[in-house]
Amino acid sequence: MLTASGTFGYGREYTDFIDLSDLGGIIVKGTTLHPREGNAYPRMAETPSGMLNAVGLQNKGVDYFVEHIYPEVSQYDTRVLVNVSGSTVDDYVACAEKIQALDKIPAIELNVSCPNVKQGGMAFGVSCEGIASVVGAVRKVYHKHLMVKLSPNVTSIADIAMAAEAAGADSVSLINTLLGMSIDAEKRRPRLSTVTGGLSGACVKPVALRMVWQVAKAVKIPVIGLGGISSATDAIEFLLAGASAVQIGTANFIDPAVSVKVVRGIEDYCERHHIEAVSSLTGALEI
Amino acid sequence: MTKRIIDLRLVEKREWPQAVLLKLRSDVEPLPEAAPGQFVQVRVDQSPATYLRRPISIHFIDRERRELWLLVRKVGAGTRAMADWPLQTRVNVVFPLGHPYTLPKASKKERCLLVGGGIGLAPLLYLGKMLHEQGHHPMFLLGGRSADDLIQLNEFEQYGELCLTTEDGSAGIKGLVTAHPVLQGPSPDRIYCCGPKPMMVAVARYARQKGLWCEVSLENTMACGIGACLCCVEDTVEGHRCVCQEGPVFNINQLKWQI
Ligand SMILES: Cc1cc2nc3c(=O)[nH]c(=O)nc-3n(C[C@H](O)[C@H](O)[C@H](O)COP(=O)(O)OP(=O)(O)OC[C@H]3O[C@@H](n4cnc5c(N)ncnc54)[C@H](O)[C@@H]3O)c2cc1C
Ligand SMILES: Cc1cc2nc3c(=O)[nH]c(=O)nc-3n(C[C@H](O)[C@H](O)[C@H](O)COP(=O)(O)O)c2cc1C
Ligand code: FES
Repeated sequence: MLTASGTFGYGREYTDFIDLSDLGGIIVKGTTLHPREGNAYPRMAETPSGMLNAVGLQNKGVDYFVEHIYPEVSQYDTRVLVNVSGSTVDDYVACAEKIQALDKIPAIELNVSCPNVKQGGMAFGVSCEGIASVVGAVRKVYHKHLMVKLSPNVTSIADIAMAAEAAGADSVSLINTLLGMSIDAEKRRPRLSTVTGGLSGACVKPVALRMVWQVAKAVKIPVIGLGGISSATDAIEFLLAGASAVQIGTANFIDPAVSVKVVRGIEDYCERHHIEAVSSLTGALEI
Repeated sequence: MTKRIIDLRLVEKREWPQAVLLKLRSDVEPLPEAAPGQFVQVRVDQSPATYLRRPISIHFIDRERRELWLLVRKVGAGTRAMADWPLQTRVNVVFPLGHPYTLPKASKKERCLLVGGGIGLAPLLYLGKMLHEQGHHPMFLLGGRSADDLIQLNEFEQYGELCLTTEDGSAGIKGLVTAHPVLQGPSPDRIYCCGPKPMMVAVARYARQKGLWCEVSLENTMACGIGACLCCVEDTVEGHRCVCQEGPVFNINQLKWQI
């Protein structure tokens, strides 16, 4: 069980509520080669059982991460993964190289699927050629575990996942947010400064589950499932659909201790069903 | 100050046409330390329309009774559901959150003007109490559309003098807070302000013109409330800053408002 990028800050935002060592790991915010101020306010609109965001990868850049944040997060008693974003292949490569040098970061999650930045990001994640070019280039320089985060804003997610696998991904995580929109009818104006944004939370779960199921059938590398998980039952559904691990995102905002509750809940489920290894649940859906 | 997720019980309620006062008690543990200007994230229920928590200012804390008071204006699904809670409802809150108002040094007795508009008067009660306890001289300048908006006045009165304005003239001076004659008198050492943005901008402009120290409390829309999502940012002289973490209280010199 991991916490999803962009929803868990750098972990320290949650240490008042939970013990990070109870988690499988945390994935820190999207990090780019250069600092980014992100999009203008308003960046968030609540939707039925979910939310739209248009944060736009606000972060202080990879050098700042290495100098100021890594010393702190490397002390945590949990795995820390860095979510890497960029607008050009060269950016991704340069960013991944810098993070490779950090001993305590066992893996990166390549974000080729952010819908909130003008160029790059999702553009790579929506075509097989695009994803192959970024993953292939990063693979050449990055020798630890390379997780690739897929965009759900595509026609055939299985094809994209296979392209990522062929280009050298060690695992794929899905889904990133679904492109969506919200309008204030009274004011006749969009609710987000960017007009469109990324949908997440409970409302995306059925879509995420379907995509995890399709991808798990199509690739041999591990699949990490996320999208709307807020309970152990949700998490187990993703495992049954074929995920080897899960991430929790938006639910952390509603209950900052939810991640630990999900871990405990999965343990309870395994006890109740006399399951020895959680891994035996992966893909155990009976159809 | 450690943030906590805690279950409280609704023990007392008072309703006005536009707003409701909720007194929430902690039955098991003492309330965490909290400062004026900080806020709580309230879990409303699990209906689709109130998926996220609602940020509400700390109106008052009564440590002996372990009570947290919230003053809520009914504007939408979440705040209306809160107003409908029956007594004894279990209410889950995350608090204390955010950066509080800056209190003057206790050694120096200062004249403080606390300006509140509409539901923006909520955080000023606890602030007024703390200032009063430390021997400062808080004065409340409270404004509303009509007398219906000027609530909890008997509570405010315990800690300082009241100056009132209403847009329709149904109570106090007719007009906006900035029309009140108290602003033409001797200048306060500090101004603390909370209310609708146009009102805060007007007060900030007054403070800037007179060269006075002034803090305002912002209400940007929030998701997490704990600095994790970066949804609530305000453009400041230092770039985008989280209102939930580095605010909601900002000195006007930090903001990029046109004042
Ligand atoms: C730090 C902070 C402290 C706050 N303190 C208080 C408080 O003490 N008492 C109180 O009553 N409210 C307070 N608010 C505002 C409160 O959070 C919102 O009114 C509430 O979230 C609205 O929820 P809803 O479900 O009722 O309305 P929604 O259904 O979400 O919205 C209904 C309508 O209300 C408007 N609205 C939504 N959010 C706000 C907002 N932040 N400000 C103004 N209008 C809004 C929307 O534009 C919409 O038209 C505070 C906000 C912040 C960020
Ligand atoms: C406010 C916010 C910021 C996010 N930032 C990132 C990011 O920087 N990089 C990334 O890969 N995904 C980001 N995401 C997507 C989440 O990691 C996750 O894929 C998505 O929200 C779906 O999962 P959930 O429904 O559990 O939240 C963000 C999501 C939210 C809500
Ligand atoms: S509301 Fe999430 S960072 Fe402020």
